[in-house]
Amino acid sequence: MSSQPLLSLEHLSAHYVSQQGARVVRAVDDVTLSLNAGGTLGIVGESGSGKTTLALTIMRLLPPAARIVSGRMMFEGENLVDKSDTEMRRVRGKRIAMILQDPMASLNPLFSIGNQVGEPLRVHEGASRAGAWQRAVALLKSVRIASPETRVSQFPHEMSGGMRQRIVGAIGISCEPRLLIADEPTTSLDLTIQAQYLDLLRDLQREHGLALIFITHNLGIVAKMCDQLAVMYAGRVVEQGPVSRIFSTPAHPYTRALLGSIPRMTDNREHLTAIEGQPPDLSALPPGCSFAPRCPMAFARCQVETPPEFAVDEGRTARCWLAAPGADAKAEMMKTSNVA
Amino acid sequence: MTITTPPIAAAAAELPPAAFWRLKGFPLIPVLILLFIAFVAVFADVLAPYDPQVGSLARRFRPPAWQDGGSMAYLLGTDHVGRDVLSRLIFGARVSMIVGITAVLVAGGIGTLLGIVSGYLGGWADQVVMRITDTWLALPALTFAIFLAAIVGPSEFNIILILGLVYWTRYARVIRGEVLSLKQREFVRLAIVAGCSSRVIMWRHILPNVINSAVVLATLMLGVVIVTEASLSFLGVGVPPPKPAWGLMMADGKKGLMVGYWWLTVLPGICIMLMVLSANLLGDWLRVKLDPQLRQL
Repeated sequence: MSSQPLLSLEHLSAHYVSQQGARVVRAVDDVTLSLNAGGTLGIVGESGSGKTTLALTIMRLLPPAARIVSGRMMFEGENLVDKSDTEMRRVRGKRIAMILQDPMASLNPLFSIGNQVGEPLRVHEGASRAGAWQRAVALLKSVRIASPETRVSQFPHEMSGGMRQRIVGAIGISCEPRLLIADEPTTSLDLTIQAQYLDLLRDLQREHGLALIFITHNLGIVAKMCDQLAVMYAGRVVEQGPVSRIFSTPAHPYTRALLGSIPRMTDNREHLTAIEGQPPDLSALPPGCSFAPRCPMAFARCQVETPPEFAVDEGRTARCWLAAPGADAKAEMMKTSNVA
Repeated sequence: MTITTPPIAAAAAELPPAAFWRLKGFPLIPVLILLFIAFVAVFADVLAPYDPQVGSLARRFRPPAWQDGGSMAYLLGTDHVGRDVLSRLIFGARVSMIVGITAVLVAGGIGTLLGIVSGYLGGWADQVVMRITDTWLALPALTFAIFLAAIVGPSEFNIILILGLVYWTRYARVIRGEVLSLKQREFVRLAIVAGCSSRVIMWRHILPNVINSAVVLATLMLGVVIVTEASLSFLGVGVPPPKPAWGLMMADGKKGLMVGYWWLTVLPGICIMLMVLSANLLGDWLRVKLDPQLRQL
């Protein structure tokens, strides 16, 4: 992999500001992330933790009330924050594509499949109607749709759910983007189709050298799909690093709690561990660490000072005072007490 | 890899044409009436027994054929200058059809366009269009139309423009509402995410999806527009006199009503009523049919 990452977010913050400026919601707060070409990054967190806002920030499609207040988004050496709307439009769908939360409803009921799959080609590459049509057939084939020559002239209502899903995938890869953002693409699907779809995405990724950002609250999908993971809580990335290491030794108490709330085939626990309390109101965050009020290991410092990102080990950071250098002994102690 | 069938043809092949007529509750009679009026309007030159604008004072106020003093030569009688009422009704159908349909198209065109733009773009464009719409709707339509007609002067072309200008706001309102909900649909968001410009999205994704509503509104508006045209003609600011418009015929005949020349007002009145009623019944049926929430299959 190249030394320079494909996408790197540096101290990125995006806030929603109410009309009078009285309320500020820090939906994305000081996020630093990077993703290499061909890599897969999972972003997990509960509802309202800023995952989708982060995706919209990368696409520069924030709603009018929200704006990027600071930070840089370097994508293939260009800062996306500085791009004009017209320049961004040439990036969207062409270099960064996105699959939405409900791919089933993502097709326009009035246009044939060929028209819709070919649309990005016509918009971005000035392909002719006939040319786009032919490439649409090839794209349908690549997402494993049987008899693409007839399917291409059919309409969305003639397709099964799984096929529509794959068609949306075909639209996503039509212009050979470098990065594909999938925002909870499987939440509306049943489990068998989910598994097929994930396989397809992974194959497409391999064939086209795509980088993938997978936004989900399903840790099982992360384990299956991703090599990097970022855990978001209240707009901040509380822990990030390689998936295997986060799963085996979570450094942040929130990550640990998330993993503890997954049922496993092997365990014989009577009850699953739930995370006490509610996620904080993003417009009135507690002064210190935003997870402190719910954290079983919080101590005095957590209530007053926001932890910066500490390096935990190679390629892994955590926003927790327990991960601070010198806090090791204490962290060890806390960890054992928690497990017991 | 070849293109097998054009997409539209493939969709049309899905539904056998005969099925359309078998749809539940299809308003057959209203449609037949409208088709009949349209037929009469198109072939007025052939169908009308006399010239609708030339009369003879020697045969004024002849009653319809079935009444005492009527003759088969003038089936529906003659008017105050001896013109054949039947011929005038036949040519009047042409005026009503042309004015009605083109005015609805003008209103629909302006209203749909502005509705889409204001609904989709939002912000100040939306504010401007909607405030104009509010102002427009606050004005009584007929008074407003008379006012405009007084400024530009009566002619068939001007009437069409005036009716279009008076009624576009209803389209703008309805279409804007439609667009606001379409805007939230995933396929529009996917188009945004795919990098389509606003223009492309409005033209390719929004417009085709609001056509249904626009068509329903058009049929419902047809009745309103025809009544307004008749009212304007009746009031003397519509289609200018020698031309046979139904509203104008009623105006001409109204003095005779008290002395028993009923056919001069009642007959054109029935024509207007039949046409408006048919258009409304068809519109109501279409509205239910094309709205999935009201559809009962």
